[in-house]
Amino acid sequence: MSRTGRLGLVMLGAFAAAAVLAPWLVTVGPSDTTDIILTRFLPPGTVDDFGIFHVFGTDRLGRDVWSRLVFGARISLAVALLATAVSVGVGITIGGLSALAPRPVTSVLLGITDFALALPRVVVLLLLAALWQPSAALVVLTLGLTGWMPVARLTYAETLSHLDRPYAEGSRALGAGPIRLFLTHLLPNVAPPLLAATTLGLGNAITLEAGLSFLGLGVQPPATSWGTLIASGRDTVVNAPWVGLVPGVALVLVVVSATLVADGFETSSATEAARVR
Amino acid sequence: MIRAPLVILGVVSLTFLLLHAAPGSPVSHLLGPSATPADIAVIERSLGLDRPVAEQYLRWIGQAVQGRFGVSIATGRPVLGMIAEAWPATVILVGLSVFLGHLFGIGIAAVQATTRHRSVDRFWSVVSVVLAALPGYWLAFALVMVFTYTLRWLPAFGAAGIDSDFLSPGEQLVDRLTHLALPLATLTLIGIGTTARYAQGTLKRVAGDPYLTVARAKGIGRLRVLLRHHLRNGLIPVVALLGLSLPALFSGAVFVEGVFAWPGVGSVLIHAVQARDYPVVMAATTVSAVLVVLGSVVAEALLHRVDPRTRR
Repeated sequence: MSRTGRLGLVMLGAFAAAAVLAPWLVTVGPSDTTDIILTRFLPPGTVDDFGIFHVFGTDRLGRDVWSRLVFGARISLAVALLATAVSVGVGITIGGLSALAPRPVTSVLLGITDFALALPRVVVLLLLAALWQPSAALVVLTLGLTGWMPVARLTYAETLSHLDRPYAEGSRALGAGPIRLFLTHLLPNVAPPLLAATTLGLGNAITLEAGLSFLGLGVQPPATSWGTLIASGRDTVVNAPWVGLVPGVALVLVVVSATLVADGFETSSATEAARVR
Repeated sequence: MIRAPLVILGVVSLTFLLLHAAPGSPVSHLLGPSATPADIAVIERSLGLDRPVAEQYLRWIGQAVQGRFGVSIATGRPVLGMIAEAWPATVILVGLSVFLGHLFGIGIAAVQATTRHRSVDRFWSVVSVVLAALPGYWLAFALVMVFTYTLRWLPAFGAAGIDSDFLSPGEQLVDRLTHLALPLATLTLIGIGTTARYAQGTLKRVAGDPYLTVARAKGIGRLRVLLRHHLRNGLIPVVALLGLSLPALFSGAVFVEGVFAWPGVGSVLIHAVQARDYPVVMAATTVSAVLVVLGSVVAEALLHRVDPRTRR
């Protein structure tokens, strides 16, 4: 993997670690308040009257922005990871089926994929999120079920290109059925481009989750994701811009790292292919 | 071409299904918690919501093909009028941002593909990755902070000031343009990032091709080689991607319209979805599907024009 790809992995790892270790990285809880009047809107790097240091300042209820950021990362990253898992699962299933199933099934599945690609994703997300009771589980499902198409297309195209290679023919000659052939032989070989698509999808999922929460259609309070944090920062943009800026910068950094990792996978799979040839 | 109406029908049917599968009724939203079940039943009957779903679906399709979209449940206004007011705003915003995003994005990509300095290439790579990673609603918010609150240069809400009716035509134009500036900048900046990222790859792929060496060997100037030969071939995938990325562009516009209260289809949709305004939601999704499909038809025609190999 390229140097920038590794940098992306390290950054993603750091964010994941911060999310997992959240309780040990903060001195105050994400919803803790003391004296609201005395501690609200403190700029980054101040020590409040109770001796608590706020590295990223406080919001309008005197809550610590850093603490809310790392606890929000738990929800944002978890929702995005689960949603990506759903979309990769669905995508691999549909893509694999399209490649291996008999012709009529293939054309139906490819038609569905093309149709789903033509949908404006946010319109579907808005509908789903607004009409049912908004919750983290709903966001996971809707993001997952509207994000599988690139994975399905990639799986289909890559699997087809591997189907007539000698190793696939060999395993068929040894009596492997299509499912076994796909899972044990084809899938590992088409994995690198899929990994790239997956990391890109992860970045997208985080952005969209935050977008839905920003519109009030995502994760509901008291649970906080980065989208809810950005939304709350929007109301205090004049007197406390850091409340919205900090989670936004974190979000951009995660998406940039995901892009770097995806690029890394792409180049490394290309270099691998070159080496094999 | 044959697929276009099918996609629109698909979007419409899916929307209808989702609306009617969702728990709760729009009427209880409309009348509030004090409504009795009898009140709700009366209104539902008057809106035709008590009929079987299949019948409502067929009736809606039948009306829609005649251009009748009914009346908004939440505002009582004709839906067609709301949509007719909204769609030009969306087309202007998305169309201009696609144009400007491609103009500057391809410019950056051309610099990256032709420069001899790795540091220049690196610098623009970093810029485009960051731009492409920016979430629209957050960039919008950052721009509002800088240009509206701090510098006080540009307005952050709507498409025209409240006093716009009293301005002279020239002032009105300026008023409109200043209102357009921030939403357009938001979408364009993100578009520059995504276009530059994609285009620099496709341009670098053909950068070593023999026909470019031949062109240079013939003594054609560098700019002319770039414009006539390098871009001509290297940008074909960019044009091909344009049609495919329209749904995503429209999606991005929904958030940005919401943030800036830009009076387009996206804003209409967000309000209607939150108010459970069935007729408006149906019409807004139909229009967005039509816009996306029309856009991809245009993009495909453009592709045939620039790449004769795709013509059949």
